[in-house]
Amino acid sequence: MLNRLTIQQAHDGLKKKEFSSVELTRACLKRIKERNKDINAFISVFEKEALDEAKKADELISGKPFGKAQGKQKALTGIPFCVKDAINTKDRRSTGAAKILDNYVPPFDATVIKKIREQGAVLLGKNNCDAFGHGASNENSMYGPVKNPHDLTKVAGGSSGGTAAAVADDMCVFGIGEDTGGSIRQPASFCGVVGLRPSYGRNSRYGIMPMASSLDTVGPITKTVEDCAIVEEIIVGPDELDATTVQNHKSKIINQKSLRVGVPREYFSAIGGPAFGGNGMDGEVKKLIERKIERLKDLKTCPERSRRITIVDVSLPMTKYAIPVYYIIVPSEDSSNLGRLDGIRYGVRAEAENLYDVYAKSRAQGFPEEVKRRIMIGTYALSAGYYDAYYRKAQKVRTLIIQDFNQVFNNVDVLLTPTSPFPAFGIEEKKNDVLAMYLADVFVGAAALAGLPAISVPAGKTKSGLPVGLQIIGPRLKENLVFHTAKLIENYAH
Amino acid sequence: MRLSVDQIEEIARLARLELSEKEKKIYAEQLSVVLDYMEMLNEVNTDGVEETCQVTGLEDVVRSDKVVECPPGVEEKIIGNFPEKVGNLLKVRAVFSEAE
Repeated sequence: MLNRLTIQQAHDGLKKKEFSSVELTRACLKRIKERNKDINAFISVFEKEALDEAKKADELISGKPFGKAQGKQKALTGIPFCVKDAINTKDRRSTGAAKILDNYVPPFDATVIKKIREQGAVLLGKNNCDAFGHGASNENSMYGPVKNPHDLTKVAGGSSGGTAAAVADDMCVFGIGEDTGGSIRQPASFCGVVGLRPSYGRNSRYGIMPMASSLDTVGPITKTVEDCAIVEEIIVGPDELDATTVQNHKSKIINQKSLRVGVPREYFSAIGGPAFGGNGMDGEVKKLIERKIERLKDLKTCPERSRRITIVDVSLPMTKYAIPVYYIIVPSEDSSNLGRLDGIRYGVRAEAENLYDVYAKSRAQGFPEEVKRRIMIGTYALSAGYYDAYYRKAQKVRTLIIQDFNQVFNNVDVLLTPTSPFPAFGIEEKKNDVLAMYLADVFVGAAALAGLPAISVPAGKTKSGLPVGLQIIGPRLKENLVFHTAKLIENYAH
Repeated sequence: MRLSVDQIEEIARLARLELSEKEKKIYAEQLSVVLDYMEMLNEVNTDGVEETCQVTGLEDVVRSDKVVECPPGVEEKIIGNFPEKVGNLLKVRAVFSEAE
């Protein structure tokens, strides 16, 4: 059962020579073999390559090749992981879950993947996802939907659904996903694992298949908050290849005497309800999150450092506009970014007589329905005469959403909300209702628009056994506060 | 806002997407619903509000303009990804034709 280990446990076990990376990798591969046919969390599995990497990691840990008794073990050496298929991995097929890239083998690693592989981590395979990250259910993959490991009739969430499912089902030790407007947090909450969307500009996006450039982030999906912090510490940092990365990403909590947790009342009310075209908040989700808030209140102080905990009722009145803003900005940037996929220089080219048809047919055959829909919405919103009414208007309302957050962060350190208004829904349940699917992002969209760090941690399960996630949102680049609060929830607020 | 099939065809042409007749009808319907929902933003007074184009506050990010060598083997891999080629050259359909 080595595949069940956390990063921390696996690292210690490897260090003490209780088991080898090859054994650990074999355990994960065995689990993938048993479970992936039901869950469909992987598009590609690299069995031979993974075992070769594990062997190399074992040599590094043993130190033998250097003629030394002491090895060169880093935090992730020999630890098996998996990566969302919309992130490029060197010499390993990366499809983005769309047939237009069915045969694409990138000659380079995304910067975050490079950093992880330089540590000697073992790449097991590439995870199924909504194509190019477009979706909240993982049903927009051209390789079939991902099933939720807790109930195979439910979705795993999206878009990083395969990664969250693989971590939840112990097919790997940790995973790397991508979050534009909830794509790490929402599937993490549906699958009962931890997922961090970092502050925009903290981790390099070089090599991530771009979706909405002003929002895209890349981050870890793990079994514990501690593991999440370990991975983030390794992948963080400026990169010359991503001009949006910031130098001063490190933040320290200095002599903070109290932890003020804001609870935005809009996240517990009718937003996402019938008035907005959704079904509202699930009663069980509400109860579970409120119980966690009560536990935090009971704690009174943070056990490890004697910080006083206060719960503050706050308001973010612009929250209800996050989804319309998000679904103008994202398809607009999507439609522009996806222009690069045309069957010309790489990927799958359709048979056609002239150049226009090569483009139009390659894209028609290589993109799933939702990708085409977003390209259509975005092309319309950016076209002459509509730009001001849609894109520019959305960017202005986005400013107001950011001002909302700035204001509450004058009074509180972090915000606590549900990650999703409901637990995992049924496969096919929302597939044909475009708007209902878009509203699934109602609690995760606003923080993304503001570029804020946000984590989803497990908050318990519904009576039918489906996980519920709790979201902690922090001020920009205050990942440490987010992790600190998440650990409180994980360790003490039972 | 109702989009006609003609409008859908024009958007699809701009986006270089071939759509079936069935898809055109579905997208006309769905885009209309989504755009109607976006109308909600008209409730918000944005007079004098600046647009947010980025959230980092970074300005004028520059790097030195120097040629970086392609690592060995990468060129072959890029060529290996060409959908069609003649030798090491990428093969494409004619860019100019009388039909265009």
